[in-house]
Amino acid sequence: MSALSLFVLVFGLATIAWIAARFRAARAVPLGEARAHSLPSYHGWYVALWLAIPALLFLSVWSVVSPGLVEQSVLSSSAAEALPASQIEREAILGEARALADGSLSAAFNEEARGLVPAYQQASGYYGMIGIVATLLLAFAGGAFAFLRIRPDFRARNRVERVVMWVLLIASLIAILTTVGIVASLLFETIRFFERVSVVEFIFGTQWSPQVADASGDEGSFGAIPLFWGTVLIGAIIAMIVAIPLGLMSAIYLTQYAAPRVRSVMKPVLEILAGVPTVVYGYFAALTVAPAVRDFAVTVLGISSASSESAIAAGVVMGVMIIPFVSSMADDSIAAVPGAMRDGSLAMGATNSETIKRVLVPAALPGIVGGVLLAVSRAIGETMIVVMAAGLAANLTVNPFESVTTVTVQIVQLLTGDQEFNSSKTLAAFALGLVLFIITLLLNIVALGVVKRFREAYE
Amino acid sequence: MMAGAAIPARQPTDWHSDAMQSRIRARYRAEKRFRAYGLFAVLLSAGFLVFLLVTMVANGARGFTQTEISVPVNFAASDLFLQPGDVEGDGTEAALASADIEGIVNAAAIEAYGEDGAELISNGAWIRVRDAIATNPDMLLGQERFWLQASTELDFGSRGDMGDARSARPERQAMVARWDGLDEAGQVRRAFSWTFLTSSDSSDPTLVGIWGALKGSLLTMIVTLILAFPIGVLAAVYLEEYAPQNRWTDMIEVSINNLAAVPSIIFGLLGLAIFINMFGLPRSAALVGGLTLALMTMPVIVIAGRNAIKSVPPSIRDAALGIGASKVQVLAHHVLPLSLPGILTGTIIGMSRALGETAPLLLIGMRAFVATPPGDFTDPATALPVQIFLWSDELDPGFVEKTSAAIIVLLLFLLAMNGVAIWLRNKYEQRW
Repeated sequence: MSALSLFVLVFGLATIAWIAARFRAARAVPLGEARAHSLPSYHGWYVALWLAIPALLFLSVWSVVSPGLVEQSVLSSSAAEALPASQIEREAILGEARALADGSLSAAFNEEARGLVPAYQQASGYYGMIGIVATLLLAFAGGAFAFLRIRPDFRARNRVERVVMWVLLIASLIAILTTVGIVASLLFETIRFFERVSVVEFIFGTQWSPQVADASGDEGSFGAIPLFWGTVLIGAIIAMIVAIPLGLMSAIYLTQYAAPRVRSVMKPVLEILAGVPTVVYGYFAALTVAPAVRDFAVTVLGISSASSESAIAAGVVMGVMIIPFVSSMADDSIAAVPGAMRDGSLAMGATNSETIKRVLVPAALPGIVGGVLLAVSRAIGETMIVVMAAGLAANLTVNPFESVTTVTVQIVQLLTGDQEFNSSKTLAAFALGLVLFIITLLLNIVALGVVKRFREAYE
Repeated sequence: MMAGAAIPARQPTDWHSDAMQSRIRARYRAEKRFRAYGLFAVLLSAGFLVFLLVTMVANGARGFTQTEISVPVNFAASDLFLQPGDVEGDGTEAALASADIEGIVNAAAIEAYGEDGAELISNGAWIRVRDAIATNPDMLLGQERFWLQASTELDFGSRGDMGDARSARPERQAMVARWDGLDEAGQVRRAFSWTFLTSSDSSDPTLVGIWGALKGSLLTMIVTLILAFPIGVLAAVYLEEYAPQNRWTDMIEVSINNLAAVPSIIFGLLGLAIFINMFGLPRSAALVGGLTLALMTMPVIVIAGRNAIKSVPPSIRDAALGIGASKVQVLAHHVLPLSLPGILTGTIIGMSRALGETAPLLLIGMRAFVATPPGDFTDPATALPVQIFLWSDELDPGFVEKTSAAIIVLLLFLLAMNGVAIWLRNKYEQRW
């Protein structure tokens, strides 16, 4: 019996227990006597939880532990003595024997594997039986214990609600667990990376060529400055040159000038820009924008070195993606400026545009800056547009028509090959990930702080 | 607004002087200019969107169709040693596999269209003939006319001279002429491509389909929804209704807000390090993809859920508590049902973001070439956005229209999901 069917069985038992306990609780209080403390359904839940939780906890622990136990008993059997001493070969044969035993493989590649099959079947049958018996015993014991406690004055509700409260708490702790998981996995691999490559070289080196790292040793090929520069050039400079003016002016027009009907149509239209998947933008940038930019650079500007994977194509498309982000942050900030300031300016005879430029925007500036910082953090973490439209060459150049590469592109590049998990390349991807995580985190904290202080100033 | 009349015509300002009038005119011009800039910005942004969509639709519309060429196959006269009786019952697969159907079809094409006939049909076109034989074995006794997928080269011929460098090549020119001849004879046509909707990845653009990727996406989304929705809603309930004001609660809130802003690729690194290397789950599987995306989607659901729960007025809680309901009863009978539309809207928006996500899936290996649709959660799978990425890397120009067509499918799914979210919000949103 597989773990899944056992799980379903326990679930079914719990349902039966719920019905039975509910029925018994309802019968336990004769009509006209003192009222029971808890509703019958609470008694039902109480019994069902006692039945299911210990059994399922045991089942999940057992399904993790038992494969190891099975393997151990196979190795100690007489058939395993002939196995080769090398760890890798042994694992391969064992894996094959396991597949043969559970029927997912029909023919063996290694002769030795066939000899192990009976031992495997016997051991897994033995431990599987232990698992089933123990799970069912626990389920019945828990259920019986709870069932016997059903009495009119038993406070089942309080106990069930305490369990609910714990479930809620555990669910919200998963957020912390995820954060810890991210930090730990990045940090752990990064430390291993820095055992091979010095921190100083990684952060200040200007030579990025992980392709040759395996051949010539790790030193001198993991300098990440060109990646940082490429990320800044595309995400923080070119994308923002596009997104800030367009986003800010769109927000100003839609909040200050546009008729309500125009606003109600155009605002969702702009928000669609944020909902388009980034892989679509990336394809659009690579297919349409990049060739146009290259042709423009070669024919009009006469830059013969212009690349078809230019920084500017990726940056412009990323800027378009960021427009709704900047626009909605600017929208919120301008709306938060007290109406009295605007009215005062208009009453003094300023035109609308003068009021906006001299009063509203300066007053809303902290909020707008916060929004821009959030947009930057989003742009530098963006992956697909740059993977598809920016290049792989780690150039340190200010010419936006040349190809540059970014942190995210290199993470994808380093991790999508077929290399060992422990190679320096793989570890370098985690180091880059850690840098990206820290920078986006800092940008977010600063931005949210700025926005919060700005809000408080006007409240 | 600048009403000169509001200010009495006093010295020293003479509003009617030429200098003053020209200044006012300049200010009004600046006003108009500024307004025009704003309108320009809005129109430019919307223009980008329209341009993007038009490009995709223009490129992709062809991807849903395919060029077909008519090939008469004379089974009776061919050296195919198959009788109708062979392809019935259990032996069908083996009989079809041993017969050289591909050779027969190629020979038929050469017979019908001359020397280069075999190059006019797609490499996989014979599969259609095989399937036809399996459904109707009697055709083996006579002659049958098939509409088969045309090769990429002929397909390009059907587009005529596109005026770019590629169509200037002599072999392309010859193919255009060839197409025109065939077209006049009624031996070619463009038909809706069921292949595109029902088959999986392939190295031949005339045979690719999105079903495999779509199913991979579906399986991934199921895992994501099963995990992210309950955890997200429970966490939102805890934070809004139970959490005491202490350091732990602050830590939970800070982590959730930060997780919502962490770049998606970081979740890919997490999935790779934890789920694949630590727990040893299979690479490229929908299960791992779903787990990774669930961690990414959960904060979105928590934030939307908290806002929805917060908007339920306290008077409803107080009323229920006042007539003796317990805290869980207040939640289950009143707060959650009332905030459900808001929670669902947030969930759908989070799910639509997860559906379009590519980068984390690349890192956990869902970029493998998967030619059969995944059967369950642990089979190697790919997802629709990843499929788009993979096709966009293909050198064969026949993939351009297929990529765009896949993008159209993806956008339609997202549109439908967001449409449902907006409909839910409008229908059930309550103003208290």
